[in-house]
Amino acid sequence: MIRMLRAIGRWGLSRLRAAGRAGLFLLGLLPALAYPFWRVRLLLKQVYNTGTLSLPIILTAGLFVGMVLGLQGYNVLVDYNSEEAVGTMTALSLLRELGPVVTALLFVGRAGSALTAEIGLMRSTEQLSALEMMAVDPVRFIFAPRFVAVVLVVPLLTLIFTALGILGGYLVAVGWLGVDDGAFWSQMTAHVDWQDDVVNGVIKSVVFAVWIAVVALFQGEEAPPTSEGVSYATTRTVVQGSLGVLALDFVLTALMFN
Amino acid sequence: MQPHIEIEHLTFRRGERVIFDDLSLTIPRGQVTAVMGPSGTGKTTLLKLIAGQLRPESGRVRVDGEDVHRLSRRALFELRRRMGMLFQSGALLTDLNVFDNVAFPLREHTRLSEAAIERIVLMKLQAVGLRGARHLMPSELSGGMARRVALARAIALDPAMVLYDEPFVGQDPITMGVLLKLIEKLNHSLGLTSVVVSHDVEEVLSIAHQVYVLSEGRVVAQGDVAAVRESADPYVRQFLGGLPDGPVPFHYPAPPFREELGL
Repeated sequence: MIRMLRAIGRWGLSRLRAAGRAGLFLLGLLPALAYPFWRVRLLLKQVYNTGTLSLPIILTAGLFVGMVLGLQGYNVLVDYNSEEAVGTMTALSLLRELGPVVTALLFVGRAGSALTAEIGLMRSTEQLSALEMMAVDPVRFIFAPRFVAVVLVVPLLTLIFTALGILGGYLVAVGWLGVDDGAFWSQMTAHVDWQDDVVNGVIKSVVFAVWIAVVALFQGEEAPPTSEGVSYATTRTVVQGSLGVLALDFVLTALMFN
Repeated sequence: MQPHIEIEHLTFRRGERVIFDDLSLTIPRGQVTAVMGPSGTGKTTLLKLIAGQLRPESGRVRVDGEDVHRLSRRALFELRRRMGMLFQSGALLTDLNVFDNVAFPLREHTRLSEAAIERIVLMKLQAVGLRGARHLMPSELSGGMARRVALARAIALDPAMVLYDEPFVGQDPITMGVLLKLIEKLNHSLGLTSVVVSHDVEEVLSIAHQVYVLSEGRVVAQGDVAAVRESADPYVRQFLGGLPDGPVPFHYPAPPFREELGL
């Protein structure tokens, strides 16, 4: 019994300590965040790695999620003779929830895990040490460009995902199920609010991006320099990244739409 | 002449384990100094302490008369530009090719034109014999080639000192010979202070001017090669001779065998 309590306490302490280190890590990162804008090539490389290379999965997923929304929405709405509202429903679900959340979840798996593995391997192959020895600060050179790139890219990917989703919904509802073309769009534009829906969705995705960037980079930094250590760290990024996104989504939704 | 590196009463711990216990040694300018000892004596740690990547618990490390651990980050970075370090694995940046790896410190720290950088890089690559490999990526290099590229990178800014971390580990005899010749040549022609941390006894003794043998955080033998070879210290004899049993026992501490077998 005592032993169990002790184990729980020790686990809690180690979690707290890790959270403290992550906080310090973020604090150390803040002063370096302007640096990537000076060295645009460093930044562009990371935007390409995290953003452009994530496009295929984001485009495909967006299209399919939108098509499913169109199909499901139509099946419910047709019973009330209001199938024209399927455009509104698709757009609102995507802008408010599915766009930011699904994009963030896909991004954790596609790019967050890659960042963790990359940094973990850079540490285990002494590349970070070598940078330090060459009088180049790894925080500015390695971490800051990646952080900034993630925070820029995730909201953009979210918007692309959402746009593709609406297209998917349109294809299914109008192209296949025969909903009126004009009604689909006019209902949507009438009911979607710039501030409430679009801006709030983007804010969500920015918050998710910061969370993902901190988790992915910090896990890479903390990974023990062994193949086992790096693989555990990658897993932790995906688990903590995804769960954090879902938890943050609840908090943000409660704050925004209540 | 003032020694290049002075280490005074250095104590360093990792958790409970004492790595260095009141260690003092000096490294003269322009010579090859070998620091030897078995794996796990903290030879790499010593290099990281000299370069200011780790902080000692007590004691001082002075490079060029400056106390490394009291420098501001900016001054420390300034000092590191005058130091080159060759890492065990080479530690090349994996997303840059050979040329860009060697050019990296020049691009970060100088305002030289691209044409000037190209000349310097080709000179450094020529010195290590890899001018023809400039377009290869690190993943396409053998271990020995990676180390030679890393050496070219370490001397790109013409440092006054190069720290070599286990340069011979896991190399075939030819590569070992190449590395030995390079270390000697650089020391000779550029007047570099070279610190070679290694446990490859014969290789290191063939190029060192001065030798320190470490064991359990202390210096157990020092002096020129002849003096160390003739040392009467049983530990040094075991280490240099590669004897399986001696002050470092063959058996990891265990209860008597008979007892364990229940005899």
